Amino acid sequence: MLSRTADHLYWMARCTERAENLARLLDITHQMSLVPQSLTADNQNWGAILALNSLESAFAESYDEVNAENVLHFMVSDASNPSSIYSCLRSARENAHAVRGTLTAETWESTNATWIELRAQKFDHILSAGIGEFFEWVKLRSAVTRGVTFGTMLQDEALHFIRLGGLIERSDNTARILDVKYHVLHTNGDEEGTTDFYQWGALLRSLSAFEVYRKVYRDAITPARVAELLMLRSDMPRSLHACTGGIVRVMEAITNNQSAETERRAGVLYSHIHYARIDDILAQGLHEYLTDFMDRIYDLGECIGRDFLVPAA
Amino acid sequence: MSTNFFNEMYDAAGALRPHYRAYADWLAATPPERIARKRAEADIAFHRVGITFAVYGDESAKDQGKERLIPFDIIPRIITSEDWQALQAGLRQRVKALNAFLHDIYHGQEILRAGCIPREQVLNNAQFRPEMMGVDVPAGIYAHIAGVDLVRAGAGEFYVLEDNLRVPSGVSYMIEDRRMMMRLFPELFSRHKVAPVQHYPDMLLENLRTVAQPGIDNPTVVLLTPGAYNSAYFEHTFLAQQMGVELVEGRDLFVRDETVYMRTTQGPQRVDVIYRRLDDDFLDPLAFRKDSMLGVPGLLAAYRAGRVTLANAIGTGVADDKSIYPYVPDMVRFYLGEESLLNNVPTYMLRKPDDLKYVLEHLPELVLKEVHGAGGYGMLVGPAATKKEIEDFRARIVAEPEKYIAQPTLALSTCPTFVESGVAPRHLDLRPFVLSGKNIDMVPGGLTRVALREGSLVVNSSQGGGTKDTWVLEN
Repeated sequence: MLSRTADHLYWMARCTERAENLARLLDITHQMSLVPQSLTADNQNWGAILALNSLESAFAESYDEVNAENVLHFMVSDASNPSSIYSCLRSARENAHAVRGTLTAETWESTNATWIELRAQKFDHILSAGIGEFFEWVKLRSAVTRGVTFGTMLQDEALHFIRLGGLIERSDNTARILDVKYHVLHTNGDEEGTTDFYQWGALLRSLSAFEVYRKVYRDAITPARVAELLMLRSDMPRSLHACTGGIVRVMEAITNNQSAETERRAGVLYSHIHYARIDDILAQGLHEYLTDFMDRIYDLGECIGRDFLVPAA
Repeated sequence: MSTNFFNEMYDAAGALRPHYRAYADWLAATPPERIARKRAEADIAFHRVGITFAVYGDESAKDQGKERLIPFDIIPRIITSEDWQALQAGLRQRVKALNAFLHDIYHGQEILRAGCIPREQVLNNAQFRPEMMGVDVPAGIYAHIAGVDLVRAGAGEFYVLEDNLRVPSGVSYMIEDRRMMMRLFPELFSRHKVAPVQHYPDMLLENLRTVAQPGIDNPTVVLLTPGAYNSAYFEHTFLAQQMGVELVEGRDLFVRDETVYMRTTQGPQRVDVIYRRLDDDFLDPLAFRKDSMLGVPGLLAAYRAGRVTLANAIGTGVADDKSIYPYVPDMVRFYLGEESLLNNVPTYMLRKPDDLKYVLEHLPELVLKEVHGAGGYGMLVGPAATKKEIEDFRARIVAEPEKYIAQPTLALSTCPTFVESGVAPRHLDLRPFVLSGKNIDMVPGGLTRVALREGSLVVNSSQGGGTKDTWVLEN
């Protein structure tokens, strides 16, 4: 497969996945803000989203105040913000467009239809119709595209690179969401209060993990178990464990004569998660652990780019 | 006014032509609501599939995506088997002569020695590529894919409007239009024996494989596109996918030791045949335009060394140039010893003082075209132009007469077409796609383009033209 084709497929998947996870993150922040709390605390939570994506200065260029509506506008509809849901879905569509011949008709049409539908929605309307509904729509479109992609495409190299892009992005995003929300909850919340229960529930729901949690633990929601579920459970599809395991398997399938080091690093990262214990992680500091994880995922992305996507002649 | 034009569906007395009978019966028996619903369905389907084209220099377009749907009309353009047989023979003859001309021009230049065509018309032509002198190409084929624009005029005779021998486009619409018609109205195809066109990509691939350099068993064919911002990008992806070949951009290819490779996830892979949809000027920044970001440095050297095939060859533009067009019947006579089966439109060459004088006196009656123009850009349709447009054009002609040709305004045939006010006759042309390799082949019919504005004679999609499915009936 052409390196450029692989590059477009990889980024198509990353952008689609990023839009979905951004919707998840914004959704949970929105839900948490519905629970009674001070306006300052609420605005801090919205500010944390900007900090998480290193977007404070870009935000400050066009908006004078960090509040729910401004951050939502910036992260949902702002075409000048390359990290907004709007920009992600546009970029996903552009990447798909560049390689539409490699995609099945359904995959292309689904990606294209998402973009066409998004373009028709004005932010004011999204807000008045209920922003939660919009986030549901983003997740649904992502699910549809993922469904037709894995349901219709030949299981060859093209699909491997789509899968790889999705996994890299998802592992990064799960780590990010957990990092920012765990921090907020753990320091602000009263450990046993009902407020907390709803907030932890919202975090789990935002990662489609609420029912899974109940099923796995059959017990009260505790921060440590939430972290364990989202990081270390191999059977939880959005966990770091599941994502890194998937990355290792895809790497085996696409291996070429210069990718040995990248495969090794992927394997090391996977083992790191596979043999980890949540108690140790929390003792070491979750934030530090997740920061290190995100750095390694970033490094892996760079290596994949060099080995497969934009190789020198 | 429509009575002055040849109508594909009705004769001069207003009676239905026999080959449209079955369709007209069907149309009359089909409730208008169903037609309306199907037309809407076609629109949605084309949008969803993303069959769009980009428009150059359209600043009024609000959306920066610059993509527009080409309107599709559900009334087919039907051609009888007899008409097609005659056209096909004429097209074969014409393309054969054009290829012979190209080979000759880049070798012995016999036709110039014989004085059939003025030497300076060829050698001073911007499309003539001295780099191609003495280069042998497989099977002597230069124009592997030719899109010959035909119109029907007067009492129904066909004329060649132009020979497109560089990178003719539109074949994807031919195929998609057929697919759409079959999807919308399957019952029509059980009532008519319509010659199939959907095997075009197979024919094209087979053709490209036969023109690989000798000694290559299983040639690797790729399609070279300028990229996603090209107006015909949809077609590039479509054809690459249908043929099962890689769609490459210039940056995907590189040349090492006069051999072309593509960059893949598994390392470099050799390329043998390049179906390029990129103009000569942009192919190789080392040989042609140095600012080209779209080409492949070293490609010309690899090509001249006989290490790769380009389809179409470099330098075919010298044969489809509007200043060479008037000589095509002479080429047929010179190379094949035959009379041209297809008519040429009488053409005034403004570099000739007599022609210039005549044209300046008759501007409102004539169609003027830039010699090197294409796509319906930069032309003047005298009868449809305002006084100011005519005077502006006159100034341009007087300044640089050699850049223009003029032709009488042809009374292009019309075909009933759905427009806002109902069904009305609109002018159309026909572009068959002629493939040359070991043999000369084509699928029956081609792309029918229709000018949707009332009275307009310009069918180019960039100028608001639409398309129709084209049926060649089998006996």
